Amino acid sequence: MIMTNWPILSVVTFLPLFGALLVMLLSRGNDALGKGTARWIALWTTLATFVISLVLVQRFDASSAEFQFVEKYPWLGVSNYYMGVDGISLPFVILTTALMPICILASWTSIQKRVKEYMIAFLVLETLMVGTFAALDLVLFYLFFEGGLIPMFLIIGVWGGPRRVYASFKFFLYTLLGSVLMLLAIMAMYWQAQTTDIPTLLRFGFPLGLQKWAWLAFFASFAVKMPMWPVHTWLPDAHVEAPTAGSVILAAILLKMGGYGFLRFSLPMFPSASHDFAPLIFTLSVVAIIYTSLVALMQEDVKKLIAYSSVAHMGFVTMGIFAATTQGVAGGIFQMISHGIVSGALFLSVGVVYDRMHTREIAAYGGLVNRMPLYAFVFMVFTLANVGLPGTSGFVGEFLSLIGTFKNNIAVASIATFGVILSAAYALWLYRKMIFGTLKPSLEGIKDIGWREAVIFAPLVVLTILFGVTPGPVLDMSAASVAQLLDNYQHAISAAKTAALLVQ
Amino acid sequence: MNQLTQLQGLLPMLPEAVLAFGAMLLLMIGVSAQTERGSAIVNGFCIAVMALAGAAIVLLPAGRSSMFEGSFVVDDYARFLKLLALTGSLGALMLSLPWLTQEKQQKFEYGILFLLSTLGMFMLISAGDLIALYVGLETMSLPLYVVAASNRDNVKSTEAGLKYFVLGALSSGMLLYGASLIYGFTGTVSFVGIAKATQAGASIGLVFGLVFLFVGFCFKISAVPFHMWTPDVYEGAPTPVTAFFAAAPKVAGIAIFTRATITAFPGITHEWQQIVVFVSIASMVLGAFAAIGQRNIKRLMAYSSIGHMGFALVGLAAGTAEGVQGVLVYMSIYVAMTLGTFACILAMRRDGVFLENISDLAGLARTSPTMAFFLAVLLFSLAGIPPLAGFFAKFYVFLAAIKAGLYTLAVIGVLASVVGAYYYLTIVKIMYFDEPAKAFESMPSMLRLVLGVSGLSVLLFFAYPAPILDAATSAAKSLF
Repeated sequence: MIMTNWPILSVVTFLPLFGALLVMLLSRGNDALGKGTARWIALWTTLATFVISLVLVQRFDASSAEFQFVEKYPWLGVSNYYMGVDGISLPFVILTTALMPICILASWTSIQKRVKEYMIAFLVLETLMVGTFAALDLVLFYLFFEGGLIPMFLIIGVWGGPRRVYASFKFFLYTLLGSVLMLLAIMAMYWQAQTTDIPTLLRFGFPLGLQKWAWLAFFASFAVKMPMWPVHTWLPDAHVEAPTAGSVILAAILLKMGGYGFLRFSLPMFPSASHDFAPLIFTLSVVAIIYTSLVALMQEDVKKLIAYSSVAHMGFVTMGIFAATTQGVAGGIFQMISHGIVSGALFLSVGVVYDRMHTREIAAYGGLVNRMPLYAFVFMVFTLANVGLPGTSGFVGEFLSLIGTFKNNIAVASIATFGVILSAAYALWLYRKMIFGTLKPSLEGIKDIGWREAVIFAPLVVLTILFGVTPGPVLDMSAASVAQLLDNYQHAISAAKTAALLVQ
Repeated sequence: MNQLTQLQGLLPMLPEAVLAFGAMLLLMIGVSAQTERGSAIVNGFCIAVMALAGAAIVLLPAGRSSMFEGSFVVDDYARFLKLLALTGSLGALMLSLPWLTQEKQQKFEYGILFLLSTLGMFMLISAGDLIALYVGLETMSLPLYVVAASNRDNVKSTEAGLKYFVLGALSSGMLLYGASLIYGFTGTVSFVGIAKATQAGASIGLVFGLVFLFVGFCFKISAVPFHMWTPDVYEGAPTPVTAFFAAAPKVAGIAIFTRATITAFPGITHEWQQIVVFVSIASMVLGAFAAIGQRNIKRLMAYSSIGHMGFALVGLAAGTAEGVQGVLVYMSIYVAMTLGTFACILAMRRDGVFLENISDLAGLARTSPTMAFFLAVLLFSLAGIPPLAGFFAKFYVFLAAIKAGLYTLAVIGVLASVVGAYYYLTIVKIMYFDEPAKAFESMPSMLRLVLGVSGLSVLLFFAYPAPILDAATSAAKSLF
């Protein structure tokens, strides 16, 4: 092994940024050539990034809970440039790098204006997303986490739908408002621990008073990002107005940053506070699952329906994570990965018909199966996965997080189970309305998916079913890290209980 | 021999000497060559004199020296801030050159006034007692009043100059009154002496003096509630002069505010901290909310600078070495952002007319993408979004505030920054989301240079922050 020491994680993180630079320099003019150059550079960069990120998987030692591929250089004085992945973050890194080429392909023909800027925005966004998951320093994490707002703001605002300005501002300001409080908590933690190293902070054991406030501050940020009820209202707007690939990234990756944050920071760094606030999380999660599912039932816009269903599905994730059982946390992680694939694919499916008909109204579609049998099949797979049908990846995540919660709180798990039924209701209703029934006259000339779209959907269909049948790859990858996380958590909780008893 | 050693003792004042003699020499040249071309050459030489002064600051041996019985102090802190103020002046003067030609305002006094004002800033930054402070402050301010009104056929410009002068005189008077009260109650004008006298606490009279002194400072840095002049003067003054106002005197003002507070009143931290916290909160909040309704970009920048002074004062409120370091980092990044933004404002010219409305930027991303890109970078940075430099500026001041336990200040501050982000985003929206208006005239190369340097340093600060951070750390240490 000659090449063991190259900074592979930094390469994966910053290669897209380099690609963005290439696009900026090489793509000239607004003609077909300029656009083509931008598209091909973006595609090759994202593909290369994906391939290199697979090296991470291949070399990853899943039996160890330690951070791997660690890189550390002095940077700000208070904090270092410190990167590394463990079993919790690696799946998200791979999810990001895997979805990016798909997003670029999905925008191949639907984006015709300012292609160069579009590709630059996406490549910069990829760097920031991968960095968010790979950062092992709180300030560095915040840098990547917040930096992602800029390209996403531009993507929604420049290439979005009619209400794009409103949606982009709402997205930006909501997320920023949540995050600045987290920044203050990070500073308070720094003065307490004298470091912003995440591995050190994971073992630090913050005093109870700080834990409460810091937990709330982190919660403010991640709850908005996740998004949890009642701060979810930016999501439907952002989803509806964003271009297809923007919606995919939002649903598949940006939302996962909230869940990742809960797993990486809230639960292990503030265990007592997490324990105390768990009822709050359970309440909000259950409300999200039931309420947003009901809201989804009432939607007339396809993207809005999927957006609300995302909020409901994220409810399962938060519930599972804060149940703090092995199944709950593993289920939460799996649900996030699965939702990343499935909701991304659903938005891509919507994009397919939107590119052809330029409307997202459910009522405008009907009987598509007559003209687009292949599309009907693809859409069915993802709809069923969204419902959580056994045999699809959606089932594993929901099932595990429900079991995990059941061990902890029967009432919450029971109510949440109704959410599964409701999700079947809205998803199947959507499918029936769009695919079955009589063919709308306006859809007479609609074409089935072409080869480019087939290339996009094939891996997603395969993964959805593969992870549904053998969820092993994801679960094994994170098992050791999850076990360690929960070990430390239980330890801290019992220590806090003993301390409380001693005081009495 | 004796005289020679005396002269050597004056060596730390070399930068000031370069500015003073340079200004006088150029004044004589300017008077004797009163043509348009001659004026242009004189203004060009002013840049050279500033560069020379900068070289003098860098090349003089490091370490602390104090002269005239402590009323003139040269330490790391002074060096850092002098370089910064000089960067502000130099940048603003570079921005002025194309404007002077375009507007046919080529007057040789223009650059010389910049030099003299910079000289005042240097004296202010190095001031070690109240007398030197006042002399420096007035030397800095008088040329400012004149350049504000330099476009003398323009009603708005003369109004701006007059307004600035009257209010400035009032605030100088208050400052002087405060200084005399402080002298009366402590028996000394030197900062070190005052610090000794206030070790045990302060009498009510001294606190009165302190408040009046702060009024003067707050006026100079346009902190709320002494900010009223700012929007009018910013709007009325010629745009490059506004750039100068926004960059250099603010640095000098913050510098003396910090030095006087930290070195003269360490014994009564509790008393002054309340004032600074209040002024800081008021500035941040007013800056954030009042800017939202603005249509004129110069007025918007005025409110933006009010807000930024509030953020910088967060670091001073902490009253620690970390806090001062935060202030210094904040001011460095603030100067870079301000100069870049004004380079863009000065490039807003169509059909030979300078434009000042935000709506004139519509669709800039398509008519001149590079300028739009840099302006967007600067605006996101002003809003404090990572990974741009503006984020680090805010990061360090709030870090210090959290350590000092000023949680309320920090929470209000970050919330104000979210409100402030709104109006910066509005400009980005106009540039990127709206349909393009007619293209601007091509940007003069001098503006390109300033914009490029400031834009790139703001964009890439995160990659190599060490030089600024280290310099700020050692500068902050020299005050404690």
